[in-house]
Amino acid sequence: MDVDYRELGTKVGIEIHRQLDTQYKLFCNCPTHLTREEAETIFLRRLRPTASELWEVDTAALFEFQKGLTILYEADPKTCCLVEMDEEPPHDLNPEAVDIALQAAFLLKAKPVEEIHVMRKIVIDGSNTCGFQRTCVVALGGEVEVEGRRIPLQAISLEEDAARKMEARGDRVVYRLDRLGIPLIEVATAPAMTTPREAESAALAIGRALRGTGKVKRGLGSIRQDLNISIRRGALIEVKGVQELGLISKVVENEVRRQLGLLKIKEELESRGLKAEELVFAPVDVTSLFQASKSTVIRRALASGGRVLALALPKLAGLLGWELGPNLRFGTELADRAKFFGGVGGLFHTDELPGYGITPQEVEALKAQLGLSPLDAAVLVADRAERAEKALEAVVERVKEALQGVPEETRTARPDGSTRYMRPRPGSARLYPETDIPPILITPERLERLKAVLPPSPEQLAARLMERFSINRKLAEQLVDSDYLSLFEKVAAEGRISPSFVATALTETMKSLERKAVPVDSLSDEQLYGAFTLIGEGKAAKEIFLELVEEMAAAGVSPEQALERLGVRMLSMEELAAVVDKQVKEHPELLAEKPEKALGRLMKMVMSQVRGKADPKTVAGLLREKLEDRHSSSRNT
Amino acid sequence: MEKEEISGYRHQALDALRKAGARVGDKVKVEREGEAVEGILMPRTQLGDPNYLVLKLASGYNIGVKVNGRAKVEVVESKARPPGAPPFAPPEEKPDLPLVEVIGTGGTIVSRVEYRTGAVYPALSTEDLYRAVPEISSIARVRARVLFSLLSENVYPPHWEKMAEAVAEALEEGAAGVIVAHGTDTMGYTAAALSFALQDLPAPVILVGSQRSSDRPSSDAALNLMAAVRAAAYGPFAEVGVAMHEWVSDEAVVIHRGTKVRKCHTSRRDAFKTVNASPLARVSDGKLTMLASEGFRPRNPTGKVRVKPRFDPKVALVKFHPGFNPEVIDWYVDRKYRGIILEGTGLGHVARLCYSHLRRALDEGLFVGMTSQCLWGEVRMTVYEVGRELSALGVVPLGDMLPETALVKAMWAFGQVSEKEEVQRLMLTNLAGELSSRILL
Ligand SMILES: [Zn+2]
Repeated sequence: MDVDYRELGTKVGIEIHRQLDTQYKLFCNCPTHLTREEAETIFLRRLRPTASELWEVDTAALFEFQKGLTILYEADPKTCCLVEMDEEPPHDLNPEAVDIALQAAFLLKAKPVEEIHVMRKIVIDGSNTCGFQRTCVVALGGEVEVEGRRIPLQAISLEEDAARKMEARGDRVVYRLDRLGIPLIEVATAPAMTTPREAESAALAIGRALRGTGKVKRGLGSIRQDLNISIRRGALIEVKGVQELGLISKVVENEVRRQLGLLKIKEELESRGLKAEELVFAPVDVTSLFQASKSTVIRRALASGGRVLALALPKLAGLLGWELGPNLRFGTELADRAKFFGGVGGLFHTDELPGYGITPQEVEALKAQLGLSPLDAAVLVADRAERAEKALEAVVERVKEALQGVPEETRTARPDGSTRYMRPRPGSARLYPETDIPPILITPERLERLKAVLPPSPEQLAARLMERFSINRKLAEQLVDSDYLSLFEKVAAEGRISPSFVATALTETMKSLERKAVPVDSLSDEQLYGAFTLIGEGKAAKEIFLELVEEMAAAGVSPEQALERLGVRMLSMEELAAVVDKQVKEHPELLAEKPEKALGRLMKMVMSQVRGKADPKTVAGLLREKLEDRHSSSRNT
Repeated sequence: MEKEEISGYRHQALDALRKAGARVGDKVKVEREGEAVEGILMPRTQLGDPNYLVLKLASGYNIGVKVNGRAKVEVVESKARPPGAPPFAPPEEKPDLPLVEVIGTGGTIVSRVEYRTGAVYPALSTEDLYRAVPEISSIARVRARVLFSLLSENVYPPHWEKMAEAVAEALEEGAAGVIVAHGTDTMGYTAAALSFALQDLPAPVILVGSQRSSDRPSSDAALNLMAAVRAAAYGPFAEVGVAMHEWVSDEAVVIHRGTKVRKCHTSRRDAFKTVNASPLARVSDGKLTMLASEGFRPRNPTGKVRVKPRFDPKVALVKFHPGFNPEVIDWYVDRKYRGIILEGTGLGHVARLCYSHLRRALDEGLFVGMTSQCLWGEVRMTVYEVGRELSALGVVPLGDMLPETALVKAMWAFGQVSEKEEVQRLMLTNLAGELSSRILL
């Protein structure tokens, strides 16, 4: 689709969150790594909204409460103390994290605040034991340059990462406390990007600056991007949890497409003359029509005492099937609301029926019972009656919103770049001061001290790499943009492997593995270092680096184990010599060739047999010796 | 008035605000060296650096902004209360449920947050209780009244007297049970005080507090309050209890006997523990289960409470420790104290060098009782020579009575009778479960 995003009035803002690699968490002295161990302690909590002074309860907060959520927390003493359990007041704001955030502020040309005030941001889905997230602004303003345009930043903040959701079933959710309290730096841009590409480039530039502090974590879950996207006449949509940089432009494209689609639906509804008053919540129990249904969904619902409720949607025939994006139809939007508010598994709509085991006869009977005209549509929900009712009520609300165009909401990003409904957009004013932590003065002396040890800019960094390790500019820049810079420096400085190889391995090779969906993010620096050590010590050949890493990531094993699993180890000199010998003997005709040519051809033949098990240099050396032997022996005879 | 409106500000910040005529809640602009920051002026804590203003930015975040001589402050928009949605209605009362009176003394069992300024207000009316914890409306009819608004460290014996009278009044007016909302730090002392001051109780009196403030979604206040209402309305016992979390989970609340309970942790939800006995009861899943292994005083709907509210504060709690200077004892004697509760080591010991000072105290007519700093277990002053010597001096072993309970009881005893012998008799009589006849594992 050829879209002129600027013409459409596209506005995109980004919030980038990255975990900081500090020694301690933001408000206690627990370490900042996760645990795989079984939890020693599990406790239960319920959260309830805090009333405002006028007894209006924030809608989103109240909503979570009404869900009657039972929250279970898994606590492991290695990664969590009383602070994470909300059984002890927070300690002082971690000064190491503040220093990192201040350095990031310098790199992003933002202005540090003079006094930090820690705030409580109400979040009562259970992801924080307190029912709020502690967060504070460390610097204001700043900018990044993207394709010649200056993108202004709004603020740089520090906040605590949320607890890790392990399981969610119905009204019960399980979180693990190891991640709670790991420092996150958040950089928020103004909604100033006007194209998908610009948005992605801005995220890249900010990511580069954050990495520049040398203190951000990498790996799965260490980075998260939230987008806010709007177009003219559309609405501000918050998209949460874009895990990959490369997905940003796709998410923006899809969201713009979705909003355009919804605007078209609005026009169509207007031209059909649909009025909000015609949309009434009048569910009809049509269970009797489906007593003998072949639809598994319906049969299962009926078997457990559920009902089939139907709702007529006047003048909507055909529109529910309208595509709004990849795997996204207007009907999907209705279904997502039904799932969220009613807790149902989904819904059927007449645009997709007959189908899913529902027969043409059943559809006709349904239409007759609801008295549908050919212009009308209907939705069906099979579940416990009260859930089905709540679901259909949500559907009516959503269709009413379609008359207005695009409803404001919070959506969640999927790995394919599409988005789905997540929850209503929270109201504002959910921040109040964290009175357990006094304000923190940022003294000019502290700023001076940090400026003096400011990490080099990405450009300076690349230049240094080129000079120190004699690698080309492209590799140097790629390294600076990667999460592996410090690992590279460590391995390259040891001097056992050529720096160009290490750089290529950590950039291009890793990227190609990522493209193959190999979970390289799960590998620690230690694991990768181990792989390089095997190569450096001659226990593995350079040529198998890719396979080695792939095996480590896929099987979750150590480099040594991966090597063993691959069944490759380096051949001993004797074994290698035997292979070389054999090849030379089997091809006596090559002796007639010019030595260089013979060497080249033999080299190819030998390497095809020993690739990954021998160093090409060693093979060449052996071949040369052999050929010389043969030549001299043939002259002697 | 003006002082209130720019509360917390001093020095340069105060000057700048006065010059601009700015008040807390106004939207102000601070300009310095060509830079401007705009935000809503927030109150400032008295303890902060005086040269900073606290501004709430449009994003909702607060920051501190330095004001020096060159900073210019101006009011952009005068305080205007944002129009809010009408408050939601509290749930309806069910007329056939028992009546429970909730007496507020300080602990903010319910509070509201003014997100605009960050101020936290206690919410103490009956409606407030119903709105904040609507579940209680299906347990009982609740009447709330505010007696004090005290941080619990400021609760002194005269407050116990007023509390005892207020509880008795509520019971006389027909409450099925009474709840006292209290700050947790000294809640154990107040529980003991009410245990002695309210004699012949006909119904439960439940103290309740919260370890995590009620302005946070994770507060333990709501569950504790629900359990307290249930215990007050339906508990089969007629004793003073303390309702707090049993563990860190929001599942069970235990009712501790007022004379046996102690705050044993600075911050955990389950900070309160019953020492040397089992708690009175447990409330979980909306059910109350009695636990008291030693039995309990049953509810007596026809009974009438006798209030004995006088306390004499001239009793001291003295902790012995290595290096203890026994002249401390003389200090109390010189100031005409009437009793000293010693917190001795182990089974109830103090160093020999205290003997002469204790002898003087006893000779001057003071009551001297011995408790143990071990808390768990009882004093037994017959095992070692020191104990026997102290007994011989006239120091009275107080069994397994908690030191704090012994202190409160002695204050109460001196409020009731004046003869030392009478006091001693009262101290050794189990009046409200403070002395265990058997201590179980
Ligand atoms: Zn911790």
